[in-house]
Order: sequence, then structure tokens, then C-alpha cells
Amino acid sequence: MKTFFAARMERCIGCQSCSLACARLVHKRLSWYTAGIRIGSSGGISTGFEARVCLACDPPPCAAACPTGSLTPRKSDGGVKQDRTLCIRCGKCVKACPIGAIVQDELDNPYMCLHCGRCVPYCPHDCLELAEKGQANFVQEVAE
Amino acid sequence: MIRPHFRVVIVNLSTRKTHVENIPGRETWIGGSGLAALLFEKYGDPAAPWTDPAQPLIFAIGTLTGYFPLMSKTICSFLSPYHGQYTESHAGGRSALALRFADMDALVVIGRAERPCVLSVGHKHMEIKDAPFLWGKDVFTTGKMVRNMLPGSGMRSILRIGPAGETGCSYACINVDTYRHFGRMGSGAVMGAKNLKAIAIQGDASFPLPEGNKDYPKVFKEIYELLTETSMMSKYHDLGTAGNVAALNELKSLPWRNLQATTDPGIDGISGERFAKDMLLRNTACAGCPVGCIHIGYLREKFMADNRYLYRQVAYDYEPIFSLGSMLGMTDGFAVLGLMDAVEREGLDCMSGGVALAWATEALEKGHITLEETLTPLKFGEAAGYKAAIGHLGRGTNEFYRRLAQGTMKAARHYNGEDYACVLGQEMAGYATGETFFVSESLSFRHSHLDSSAYSADQKPQDKDAPKIVAGFVKDEASRIVLTSMAGCLFARGVYSTERMQQALSSLGYDDVAANLDNAGATIQRLRWRLRMRSGYAPMQAKIPKRYTEISTWKGPIDAEYMETLRQTYAARLMELGREEEAAGNV
Repeated sequence: MKTFFAARMERCIGCQSCSLACARLVHKRLSWYTAGIRIGSSGGISTGFEARVCLACDPPPCAAACPTGSLTPRKSDGGVKQDRTLCIRCGKCVKACPIGAIVQDELDNPYMCLHCGRCVPYCPHDCLELAEKGQANFVQEVAE
Repeated sequence: MIRPHFRVVIVNLSTRKTHVENIPGRETWIGGSGLAALLFEKYGDPAAPWTDPAQPLIFAIGTLTGYFPLMSKTICSFLSPYHGQYTESHAGGRSALALRFADMDALVVIGRAERPCVLSVGHKHMEIKDAPFLWGKDVFTTGKMVRNMLPGSGMRSILRIGPAGETGCSYACINVDTYRHFGRMGSGAVMGAKNLKAIAIQGDASFPLPEGNKDYPKVFKEIYELLTETSMMSKYHDLGTAGNVAALNELKSLPWRNLQATTDPGIDGISGERFAKDMLLRNTACAGCPVGCIHIGYLREKFMADNRYLYRQVAYDYEPIFSLGSMLGMTDGFAVLGLMDAVEREGLDCMSGGVALAWATEALEKGHITLEETLTPLKFGEAAGYKAAIGHLGRGTNEFYRRLAQGTMKAARHYNGEDYACVLGQEMAGYATGETFFVSESLSFRHSHLDSSAYSADQKPQDKDAPKIVAGFVKDEASRIVLTSMAGCLFARGVYSTERMQQALSSLGYDDVAANLDNAGATIQRLRWRLRMRSGYAPMQAKIPKRYTEISTWKGPIDAEYMETLRQTYAARLMELGREEEAAGNV
């Protein structure tokens, strides 16, 4: 299955268009926080940017921790599917994620990357990629 | 929409209390410039001095902020330490989106803290932390310490001042997220007077999108594609504004050595092309803007023997290259980056700081001041003296620097150097393009090159028809006010036509705001001028220094007589715009 990668973050300019797109298109929210991908500096804006996003653990510990089956492993290649109707907003997925890629809003709804790739076209520097596992980050475009 | 009215958070540093006000009138005041003016009228006292603790420091965003790209500016309004009158300064960074996601249309800071402090606000918290240990710290150190003191990395904006703001320099800036600034007119000194070293705005709220509405995604997509897939914005991320440096030098319109010349063969060392080729490290962006116009230069400095180096990252643009480059006779881009870094650390406005030191250099040459005043030799083209002087200016080391920090013209009057003070309302912006720009910047609301398109008009042949030019200034200002009320980046003015702004507003349910845009621009324009006049502005008395009559541009020598006619015509029009009785019929 295709998986989402923040493959070339050294190119990131910190515009947060990806986070805003994920919130807007996937989660139907206006936010730079309740999104599957969130951008922060690596320690101040002079240090460049990092993406806080699902790394497609296989098997995913968040799905293992989910008591209701709201989160289940994707068919292959790691990451999860989410059925929001089953979520009881317990926050166990947030605690289970080893890299802090899942956040909860003020009503405790969890937000994580679902590897749909809808944010990819919104990155002006082509930092993001939806690819088969092991295939991302290999293509380096050469500037004119 | 989030809500029809404005939600405004007022923080009182004296009582350490906050309250929220719901203020109607979005269809008239839009947000940004309009909301800031409305709030100043409510909370400010134009008759009292800017140092009065009760005076507000206002940060306002617009109706489209967060919803649409490049709606990424915050409008800061205050009584200016530079002239004691009502003014605005604009900045981007993360400030606008942080305010949106902190669920505020505006943040108003009133009062004065008993001791130096930092303010941390978010959609569900407010905290004032004492921070005397930050007083005296430079802008970068302050930013790093505040990062560690407060929560919210990645979703916050950190506004802070340097020593210049603490010492009351009338052109101290507020640094926003390291690389952006509320640069001009001294907002940094307003924070300093309030004992407020930094403000961290945490944007941790999330809002539902318009339900069942197909217009919003459609309008968003159209605007986003125009911004990213057409060539409309390419000049801003390619060479950036620095691309104008060589062009204006070619046009004999780039001020050199305190405007003793308007072109110089040394241009190759400081052109935008040179910066891109030798110094550009990377680009960065304001939150919500995929253009990424912020150009970060790389400066490597040997600080010790045995190849001990450090590196600095310095944001450059056209204006700092002019003010700390050509205006100071500098022809080495790396040295210019070094001066920009020094100015950033002190928290000075780069334009005013550079132009002030250019005046001081000529004053020293002419013998109007001596080394006793400057403490360090100042010579065009020599960076070391300027670097030391920037430190003196920020920290107010002696009486001379404290005077110069109150404005170049104030110092020039004292030392008899008014004729060659490059002041057009404030220290000039980098456009020696001709009569139209000189009059526009001298008299316009912010004394900014962004108040009108005067510097572009000068670059084309035009009639010397003063009433027509002035009508153009006024119309241009009203249309820019609509965008700065929205509050979008002026670089996007080609994309955000009135029609497109109306579509965007309607897609969010703000049909009433959309229907009233043109009227709102004119209404806000009049309120801003009334506030300016109430706080003491006398446009008829604004003179243009002799230096501006002595130069030549691509059009030849300046026509001083026409410039004076234009000045008087514009001043008279501004008196009409700011008249109180006219107000009564319009609001």
C-alpha cells in the first residue's frame, strides 16, 4: 500500500500549508493543530523544520492500544485506518504513539495521519510524498 | 465563519487581568487596519502621550486569516514614540495564524507591568510571567529563552524586543519569530515602556469549517493555484525583493552614501543576484503562505585564530540591503549581512537605523559632530565602525546616540545637519525615484513605501498633474486599506482583487462584509486620518529636506517647484480626509 512520507523536510519553509490542508480536507477543521501532519521548528526557526507525522509502524502500537477497534492496522505496510464512530476519545492511542504523532482536540477527538496523501500537492517545495514503502526519498530532483 | 462579531482579548498588565469583549461592526471595519483603528478609538487617548501606561498596543488580524493563503499579516497599532501620533506597523511570521488559532480577532495590551515580564496567551490561557532576567538581552537570546519558558512549540508566535525597545529608541522594532518585524515607527519602545519584553501567542484552538458549503473549497483552490502554479508570485520567492537592488541602481534611484548619489558601480557586490549566488542559504515562509519570500543569508565569521568559526543566519530583503548597504556605502554583501545581524540583535528598525547612521557619517565628514559624539569612526563602506555604532544606538550609550535614537531629524536639528537628513516623515525607505515618492512617503499615513505605489509611478513617465497624482494616492491608500484590513500580504494584491476577496468572504458566510468592501476602505481611511490628526499631525508642516532637491534620477534633476506643489496639494487633501465634521456624516 502507498504510505505517506515527509521525505524531504530539509526543503521545508514552514508555511504549514500541509497541516492546514489536512485539517481542512481530511478532518474538516480550520486548524494547524488538529491535523495528521504538524510542522514545528527543530528548536527555533533558525534551525529548520520538522514534521510530526505517523511513521507507519508495522504493527501499529496505537491500534493495539485502541480498546474499541476505532483504529485498526491497514492491510499492509503499517499505519492505521480510523472509524471515528467507534472512538470513545480515551486517548490511549495518543499515549501509545512513540513519537507523539497523534493529538487530541479540546473534546479529546484524536487526529492522526491516515496516509491518504491529500496534503502532498499543497507543499510548494515537494517535501512530501505518497509512495510504496522503501521507494520514497530516492528520487532527488535536480535543480535547473 | 467563526462568528459575525469581533472577539477581542484585552490584557491589562497593571492589574494582571484579562477580559474578552465582543465588538460588532465587521461589515464596516473588516479587521486588521480597520479593527485596529476602531480599537484605538475605543481604548486609546490621542491627546495623552504615548508613554501613558493606559495607551493600548493593538494586534489585529482579518476576517480571512487562517481560511485563505497569504492572509498572514498582523496589524499592530499604537501611538508612535517617533512622533507621538497614531500609526500602524505590519508583520507576518506566525503571528496572524497564532492569533486566529488563539481565537482572537485582536489582542489589546494596556497598562504597565511593575517589572519586566513576558505575556503568554492562548485560546484557553493567559499568564504574565515576571522576567527581569531577560531585560538587556538581545532579540535572539530572548527568543530562545522564551521558547524554553513557555509551551506550544510549532503552534505559536513569539514577539519580542531587544535593548532598543527597552531604552525607548523611537524606531525600536518588535521582532516576530526571528525573521519578521513590526519594523517601523517604534512599536518596540511601546512594549519597552510597558515593561513587556515578549509576547507568546499560542494558537491551540480548532474550528469547524462551513458545513455543506461547496464554495469555500472551490474559492480556496482557485486562489491557492493562482499563488503557487502561476508566475504571479515568482519574483517574491526567486530573488525576492532583493531583485530590485540592481534595477533601482540602474534607474539612478538607489540611495547611496546618505543619498549623495543614486547609482554606483559597486552595485555588483550587493545586488539580489549576488546575494542569491553567494549568500542565500534557504527560504522560509510566514505561516499560511506557500510563497516563501523570506530569504535567509549565510554568514560565516572567524572569531578566533586556528580556524575557529561561527555562522549566522540573517534574513535579507531589499530594504535592509539599501539601508545597511548602499546607504552606508557598503559594497560587500557579507559585510552587509553582518550589519543586518547587529541591527536584529539590538531590535532596531533596519531602515531607520541605517539611515540614521548614514546621516551621522556625513555629519562627521562635515564636522557637525566629532568622534566625541560617535565614539567610533564612521566612514562610508567600513563595517566595523557601523557595527559598534549599532550597539551604541540600541543601548543609548551617550547623549548623541540617545538623541539619534529619537529620530534623525531631531538629532539633525540639534547638530545643524537638517539639510542632509534623509527623512521623509521618518528615515526614508530605499526609493530615490523622484518627486512622487518623496511627497508620498513624507506625508502618507505610515510614512511607508507601502502606503501607495508612488515609487512604481515614478519609474514610468507621468504628467506633473498634482491634483491627479494626489487623487491617485488617496484612491490607492483606500484600496490597500481593504487588503490590510483583511489582513493580507501586500505582495498578494495582484491575486486578491476586490472580486476575489468578495468571493472568499461570501464562501465563509460574510456576505455583508463582501457587499461593503469599497465603502469600508474609505470609511477606515477617514477614521485612520482622524486618529492621526487628533494625535497632533499637521501635514502642512511636513517639509522635505534640501537633500531631495539636489539629486538626479533617470528623469534628470528633481523638479523642486513641482515637488512643493505636490506636497501642498497632498497635505491639503489629507486635512480634508481627517476633518472631524466630515466624520459626523459618514460613521
